Amino acid sequence: MSPNARRLLSFLGILAVLIAMWEGYKWMGTATGGVWPGTGIGLPVRTNERSMPHTWDVVIALLRPARRGGEMLLLVLVRAALFTWRSALLGFVLGSAVGFGLGVLFVRSALAERGLMPHVVASQTVPILAIAPILVVWAGRLNVTRWLVVAVVSAYLAFFPVAINTLRGLRSPDATASELMRSYAATPNQVLWKLQVPAALPYLFPALKIAATASIIGAIVGELPASMPDGLGRAILNFAAAFSAAPEKLFASILVASMVGIGFVGVVVLAERILIPPSRRLEDLGEAAGQRGGRLKEVVA
Amino acid sequence: MSALSLRGVGKVFNPGSDQEVQAVHGVDLSVERGEFISVIGPSGCGKSTLLRLIGDLTPPSSGTVSVNGKTPARARLDRDYGMVFQSATLLEWRRVAANVELPLEIMGMDAAERSRQAAAMLGLVQLDRFANHYPWQLSGGMQQRVAIARALAFKPSILLMDEPFGALDEMTRERMQSELLRIRAETGTTVVFVTHSIPEAVFLSTRVVIMSPRPGTITEVVDIDLPEPRSDDTREDQRFFELLTDVREGLRAVEDS
Repeated sequence: MSPNARRLLSFLGILAVLIAMWEGYKWMGTATGGVWPGTGIGLPVRTNERSMPHTWDVVIALLRPARRGGEMLLLVLVRAALFTWRSALLGFVLGSAVGFGLGVLFVRSALAERGLMPHVVASQTVPILAIAPILVVWAGRLNVTRWLVVAVVSAYLAFFPVAINTLRGLRSPDATASELMRSYAATPNQVLWKLQVPAALPYLFPALKIAATASIIGAIVGELPASMPDGLGRAILNFAAAFSAAPEKLFASILVASMVGIGFVGVVVLAERILIPPSRRLEDLGEAAGQRGGRLKEVVA
Repeated sequence: MSALSLRGVGKVFNPGSDQEVQAVHGVDLSVERGEFISVIGPSGCGKSTLLRLIGDLTPPSSGTVSVNGKTPARARLDRDYGMVFQSATLLEWRRVAANVELPLEIMGMDAAERSRQAAAMLGLVQLDRFANHYPWQLSGGMQQRVAIARALAFKPSILLMDEPFGALDEMTRERMQSELLRIRAETGTTVVFVTHSIPEAVFLSTRVVIMSPRPGTITEVVDIDLPEPRSDDTREDQRFFELLTDVREGLRAVEDS
């Protein structure tokens, strides 16, 4: 079996298990009247249709009109998702560019790193829910289109992982590689573009995957204070308000929102496959640390 | 004018702190153009530090280093040095030829001349057929030959080598030594070579410099008057064994002191 077929099969298998767990739990709760079998202890989540719709009801809801006589819910959500994705994409590009720039700045200047890094870290501890309305109000004064403002909120979440991993990747070459560049009398820019940036690419892509998902969260959250009627943010808010009447619609929006995220990460993975040969790909950050650490040990020995 | 001249050169790491280390002390050495100098000594005798002082990778704490009549910094900016370390340090994302071209790219040589020069250098180390391979597809010995080709690509006047064959097995190592002698005969490059193998030092060098640790300084210089050109037969030569003994005794004197 090809690796791709195996990957698809394991994905479908896990999906089936998750659905079975959801439906099994629901079936058990219905059978016992909401308690763990053989005890009087109540289940943490109620299993009636108002709390946990059947998985197939969620899919069916997608194919039914969103409101009486209106368009199919799937169409409404996909349109909203594309609208949100436009902001997210711009936020992703902006955020990645800023993150990369910060990484370069930090590797060039220890002073900048010492001075700016605490602020960069602090920026991510502030809830985006608090930052978003401020950015919206400020940008509103500048008369900027609102979806651009949403992109800025999205970029705010996206830049951080890129900055951290770019810095780490730029620092990844061995000391001997830097000394070689010194012996060639290379300028700092030559060292950056011929040694540090190519060495950083395998570190950059895992960060871009995180940035892709974060940019979508940022865009969805940013749409709320910007009172954008067309995006996923508003759709999710509406369906959440109507949760007890039609819970399957909220679950359907979650499904679509996660599809957008998966699709976005898929694009980044594709770019990684094209740009980075298999021998240099890092599946996750832990492996990155281990691999480089191992190499460093070889050199020291 | 000698290719290399060191006068009272010393290096102190972490001066003034409780971790102060006198790595190199009072080194005087003069190397003529075309010489092959090996620096040998026990671990921690400062032989690598000495090489780094010559190559302007670290500044001396005392004394003066002069390379082709210039300061080491000037010589580095003039690209007088080719450097080879124990690890080949090839850039894994570049093919073999592109690795050899790296220093030429940095010098601003145009693409056509660059690829011609890289091809010539790969011919010199007999790796023409591997120009389009990636470093990980090569054995350790082949990677080190690429590193030598890269170091020689811009025709440096001095080749600085820090235990370049230290990670190779004995057979590969001897073959690389013969290669290096052939390459030097063809290019006429002055070589300063750090090693802790006595046969390697004797086989390759015109002079062997013996260093002692704490503080790292030169205790003896042994002239190697082996017949030229050297070949694998040289390793069986009576004179070769005598010189091995001379160097070994020089090193033993260091250890006893």
